[in-house]
Amino acid sequence: MAEAITLERIMALQAAYIRCIDGNELERWPEFFADECLYKVTSAENHRAGLESAIIYADTRDMLTDRVLSLRQANVYEKQSYRHILGLPSILKNGGGEAECETPFLVVRIMHDGQSDLFASGVYLDTYRLDGGDLKLARRIAVCDSSRVDTLMALPL
Amino acid sequence: MNVNVPPGAIANAPHPVEWPEGALTRVPYWIYQSPEIFAAEQQRLYEGPIWNYLCLEAEVQKPGDYRVTHVGSMPVVVARDFDDEVYAFENRCAHRGALIVLDGGGKARDFTCVYHAWNYDLKGNLKAVAFEDGVNGKGGMARTFCRSDHGPRKLRIATFCGLVFGSLHDDVPPIEEYLGDEVAAKIARVLHKPVVVTGRFTQVLPNNWKLYFENVKDTYHASLLHTFFTTFRINRLSQRGGLVIAPNGGSHASFSYVDKTSTDHDYSAMGIRSDKDDFALKDTTILDTVDEFGDGCHMQILSVFPNFVLQQIHSALAIRQILPNGIGRTALNWTTFGFSDDTPDMKRRRLVHNNLAGPAGYVSMEDGAVGGFVQRGIATASGERAVLEMGGTEAVAEGTRATEASVRGFWKCYRAQMGI
Repeated sequence: MAEAITLERIMALQAAYIRCIDGNELERWPEFFADECLYKVTSAENHRAGLESAIIYADTRDMLTDRVLSLRQANVYEKQSYRHILGLPSILKNGGGEAECETPFLVVRIMHDGQSDLFASGVYLDTYRLDGGDLKLARRIAVCDSSRVDTLMALPL
Repeated sequence: MNVNVPPGAIANAPHPVEWPEGALTRVPYWIYQSPEIFAAEQQRLYEGPIWNYLCLEAEVQKPGDYRVTHVGSMPVVVARDFDDEVYAFENRCAHRGALIVLDGGGKARDFTCVYHAWNYDLKGNLKAVAFEDGVNGKGGMARTFCRSDHGPRKLRIATFCGLVFGSLHDDVPPIEEYLGDEVAAKIARVLHKPVVVTGRFTQVLPNNWKLYFENVKDTYHASLLHTFFTTFRINRLSQRGGLVIAPNGGSHASFSYVDKTSTDHDYSAMGIRSDKDDFALKDTTILDTVDEFGDGCHMQILSVFPNFVLQQIHSALAIRQILPNGIGRTALNWTTFGFSDDTPDMKRRRLVHNNLAGPAGYVSMEDGAVGGFVQRGIATASGERAVLEMGGTEAVAEGTRATEASVRGFWKCYRAQMGI
């Protein structure tokens, strides 16, 4: 019988995930995902309408690694950081080594000069999977409430 | 602010209004900062003898389909009527000026203003006025009132390869003439079969709209600011490619062809930041190009004055509509698309390649911010000017993309339309 995925484990993963991004440890960010995974940032309007294209789309974990490499090596953007605040996760389905979960988020973007703005709000539509005893994200779709993005989205949500 | 200042107001502006010497090679910074210029642009450009991109025909495909958009700052409704023709009109009730349509688009048989229930058909004709004949014989509109004398302003419509353009001016040239043969052909090579919209996003840019439009036309910056491409030799200036500029200067297309064998030392010799040979991707799907248009061209960026960009970066296809949101703010409306006959492989390729563009795009991310760097940099420099001398002084395409010819073309067209 498969090991259970508990709310506590999901929340621990979520806490580590936002700590990784907000703490500028992006190199570790892909490690939260399973080898076979989907990560997407889209808007509620596109998601509702079934429009598939995304602001960020990665369907392999290597693509996540590549994004971090590009952000570190190639892309030019002003120094900035995020502060993620998560709401309470709702587990919608759980069993057979997989759990589906929905968690609201707020992201404040802090620019190098101190300018802080509410950058994004939305909901993570997640699928968690046990991978050799480790809990991993098999799917994370960050559905932003708004279709507007201010200036650019450098760091992932 | 009042966008309907009389044309003479420019002469009374507090900013210097004389264009500096050097014709097309100098751009004064007040052009990005002046409220008077912003107001005049609405009158002379957006409502002048030009074509504004409104939407895709695919977005108003069936009778009753409508979308809202803007012509500069003017709210506009685009609808397909039951005669199967596309119409567009100002989204402003003839009664008190309220928006007629409040959402972004959908399906309707007619439109009713929520304020006093004045009703319009899909062409924008005023069809009914609530209580026009009064109630129980009392009240009602004046006897002299005639519905057909009232209505929102209507736009002329031109469609080209599935693109819907609108104009408020009687003297606008035919769309083909406006685009010019070369730019028209570059649109036709991409939009050669029915398209399917795959997503819409708005990127809000912290700069005047012209700074973004110049950026699109600036083939000089592409491989210098955007290091993702140069690193993989996807867009070296020495790569085979070229540039076409419409006769009016306002529209352009730049393009390049796959040439994986090319190696050049221009960048490394100069020690420019954009050459990083140790940079390797783990998943190369994003570089996996297919020659879907059968001509070897893997990248084409095309603009139509004053608000339209057509993008083909590998298989990432998108339209970017540029709309002013005040003097120092611009809405960049992205519409990503594919074709109705895309295979599952092609759909996935487009989803992955879309990472190259958009607000988080490996290639275009910087363009979201660089206009703001200029807008902030010129804060107190309204009396100073930019220098556009790369590739000469004219707005004529040459055999290279290390040129600002297309940016000079923008100013040629802009100044002719603005009369400055």
